[in-house]
Amino acid sequence: MTAPPALCVDRLSVEFRTRSGLVRALDDVTFSVRRSETIALVGESGSGKSVTAYAIMGLLDPAGRVTNGQAMFDGIDLLAASPKQLAAVRGRQISMIFQNPRTALNPIRPVGRQIADVLIRHGKVPAREAPQQAVEMLRAVGISDPGRRASAYPFEMSGGMCQRVMIAIALAAKPSLLIADEPTTGLDVTTQAVIMDLISDLATERGMATIFITHDLALASQRARRVVVMHAGHVVENAPTADLCAEPRHPYTAELIAATPDSAASLDDLAAIPGSLPDLRRTDLPPCRYSERCPRKTELCAQPLPQTAVGAEHIVACWNPLPAHVPLKLAIGAS
Amino acid sequence: MTDTTAVAPRQSPLASLLRHSRHVLAENPVTSFAFALFLLILLAALFGPQMVPYDPLASNTAQTLKPPNAQHWFGTDQLGRDVFSRVTVATRLDFFIAVASVALVFLMGGLAGVAAGFFGGWIDRVVGRIADTIMAFPLFVLAMGIVAALGNTVQNIVLATAIVNFPLYARIARTEANVRREAGFVEAARLSGNANWRILIGQILPNVFPILVVQMSLTMGYAILNAAGLSFIGLGVRPPTPEWGIMVAEGAAFMVSGQWWNAFFPGAALMITVFCFNLLGDGLRDIVDPRRRT
Amino acid sequence: MTVLLDVEHLSKFFPVGGGPNQLARLKRRLSGGAERLPKVYAVDNVSLIIKKGETVGLVGESGCGKSTLVRALTRLIDVSGGSIKLGGRELALKPARVFARDRDRARIQMVFQDAGDSINPRFTAFDAIADPLRRLRHTRGKTLKERVEVVAGQCGLPPVLLSRFPHQLSGGQRARVGIARAIATEPDLLVLDEPTAALDVSVQAVILQLLQQLRRDLGMSYLFVSHDLSLVRLLCDHVMVMYLGKIVELGPARAVFERPWHPYTQALVAAVPRFAGAAAERLRLKGEPRSPIDPDPNVCRFYGRCPIGASDCKSKAPVLRRIGSRHVACHFAEEFVVQRVGPVHAAQATRQI
Repeated sequence: MTAPPALCVDRLSVEFRTRSGLVRALDDVTFSVRRSETIALVGESGSGKSVTAYAIMGLLDPAGRVTNGQAMFDGIDLLAASPKQLAAVRGRQISMIFQNPRTALNPIRPVGRQIADVLIRHGKVPAREAPQQAVEMLRAVGISDPGRRASAYPFEMSGGMCQRVMIAIALAAKPSLLIADEPTTGLDVTTQAVIMDLISDLATERGMATIFITHDLALASQRARRVVVMHAGHVVENAPTADLCAEPRHPYTAELIAATPDSAASLDDLAAIPGSLPDLRRTDLPPCRYSERCPRKTELCAQPLPQTAVGAEHIVACWNPLPAHVPLKLAIGAS
Repeated sequence: MTDTTAVAPRQSPLASLLRHSRHVLAENPVTSFAFALFLLILLAALFGPQMVPYDPLASNTAQTLKPPNAQHWFGTDQLGRDVFSRVTVATRLDFFIAVASVALVFLMGGLAGVAAGFFGGWIDRVVGRIADTIMAFPLFVLAMGIVAALGNTVQNIVLATAIVNFPLYARIARTEANVRREAGFVEAARLSGNANWRILIGQILPNVFPILVVQMSLTMGYAILNAAGLSFIGLGVRPPTPEWGIMVAEGAAFMVSGQWWNAFFPGAALMITVFCFNLLGDGLRDIVDPRRRT
Repeated sequence: MTVLLDVEHLSKFFPVGGGPNQLARLKRRLSGGAERLPKVYAVDNVSLIIKKGETVGLVGESGCGKSTLVRALTRLIDVSGGSIKLGGRELALKPARVFARDRDRARIQMVFQDAGDSINPRFTAFDAIADPLRRLRHTRGKTLKERVEVVAGQCGLPPVLLSRFPHQLSGGQRARVGIARAIATEPDLLVLDEPTAALDVSVQAVILQLLQQLRRDLGMSYLFVSHDLSLVRLLCDHVMVMYLGKIVELGPARAVFERPWHPYTQALVAAVPRFAGAAAERLRLKGEPRSPIDPDPNVCRFYGRCPIGASDCKSKAPVLRRIGSRHVACHFAEEFVVQRVGPVHAAQATRQI
């Protein structure tokens, strides 16, 4: 029995006004997250995955504009919400952690106070009790000697510890949804493993839904139950992890898998993805933004993108998806 | 297999610079205006003395303090000299002062600052102390002091302006050099066989130059104001040499009795010129910085 | 195969601070040897050999000293002790400051991690590639132009891109410029410092395959520094694992990754996200690395984070010793060799930060 969605993003479209034109960063992005579910938003740079998160949280650059779509959370459309409604939700029910922990933390405020700030503001904790609870949060994220660490500044801590602090801040008000934007990029691989373990454990413990944004498909496949693959502002495939990895149906997903070093047996097996991202400022963008670099392109691809269901909970945005039950190597290059 | 973006035709660096300049000017009307004004001022400086209707030094007691009219567009001053001719001829002097000051302070401050920022150590300390000493004085007072001690000549005015601006340039240059000292391209330059001084001149300086250019434009305006200020209190250029500052000083006395044109026109020239230089700074930076090129 | 680079007992340490202010520092210095400044042992007694045509990987996490080692080997910084012999000639004695004009400068070159940062923003691609040729080979004029175009072509850069500035090039193109510049003087040893870290995965394969091809064509040796173990596995013959300034394991790349013998290597390999794999063996290192400042020479650097924490580990530092085709620095390496115990499970470490 599937749980009701915690967050439901429907046909989200975002544009940015720039000096050199209008950038159509997101187009009809649709996906949802259920309670306690961890999904991964995977894509390369320019895919729009971070923009999606910022749009949901209302943190878009002033040059950005949501031109269409809804983001339903707990009965409210976050994209249409008033600043007051948004402030009530952000930080309290939805939290976000960012890529660079050092720049996301206030450099001139001790970390304990930063956690306490959230507790007071969003957790409705009285000011007297907040410092103690902040110390407890530090302990919960695995920082030893939390009593002493609470008065430390971010620059006194390593990257891994700063990331833990950021997680503590994000989880202080016990949100039901956590958005993690490349939380471990830039961290050592051993630290990455520990941080990801931490996020998973806390999410399970608190029944929290997680949207995990990354460019690392291997990492996503290891940690998420469902993967949403993005390319040039579109969602191209949305499937449970096991299905996506064993049977990718979108050509781009297959290429992405083939380009992941972990899946290659030798350097010659490692594939590059042909072509490059289309310029999102173009007014003549084809409906499928991958079609110009796709070896499986047909005349059908000139039509608006479909949302083809190819399995239980497996959706592909492709007119000519890869056939099922085809080994990965053969899938690329066939038409 | 190569990944290519849209391919532009190959151009020489100069052609690319000119094309980029045109693009910047087209995009930014304010800069174009400032540029045009600058050209006008430059023309006046270069050709003014040959083209003015009257000798700026010639006095004519019959024509003293006449308001602007058909023969004397800007009127005449208390000695009967044509104000228009004097204002135009003064352009050359003031322009020279501006350019010379800026060139001198760029050389002194720019090089000292870049060396201080790049090498650190004792060079940094020495340059720092010199800058601190200069900054300890109120700048105009220091300029006054230098001119008073060395004498009322144009060269000394230029020197005083340069010295007074030294800390600013040194500081900007030092910061920029310091930031780039650890940059990847500096290490790459070392790997490519560049000795330290070559890195300083060939790699660091070209990156620091655009930032100094903006400052230089502002300093030109300041230099003129400085010279005008010094002249106003009698420490600058000596009469009867036409210079905007002196003219404003001399003309100020007549404002009260209603002969406004004496002080107004040189004052307006001052204002427009400084305004033009300030506007120019931004535009110049856009042209010089390759990162803004598309 | 002939030995190209022979490094012995290389050390580099950095004095630390020395006092809260200049007065304290001055006092310390004047008081002479009595109060030695504390030192960070960034590279501690490292010895390695790179043969001609070989690819050696260097892995380790932040703070392990690999950047310092690389900068010492490429003679960008001075060493505190040890020798670096390139083709028999000792390089370590010449100060880094003057090495830029040395006749062997052209034989060791480097490809940087962030190509955008490593190319002067005011230089065109042509200028960037021409620089080493001008300085080290004294090439000029038409010869220079031809040579640059040849090298650019080898790296997959069409001539039209040569007049562009770095910000006008894509990430992959910039990476190619960085590589072209590095191979322009046909070096014997090319150090690659995470060359694809700043690139998207879609471009990564092309650049790596280019590097592979160039190595074959030009007969270079590679020192491939990376935090990405999967890439090292694909590209390198041998791999060296560093931890806190020391080499902990050294051996054939594939073998080391499939059956690591040092506990740190095991943790490293276990931490790499496996495609579609569960986070299987929970081999998690707790805590933070020991302080690199004035480390106790009798204690293993990994003690405290290592799941094994025996009394031997804190009384006698393990030396890098040879077992079969590998070198390992651990008292208990043999346990893993014969697989008497399975992969070590994360135990409560005695020291947790």
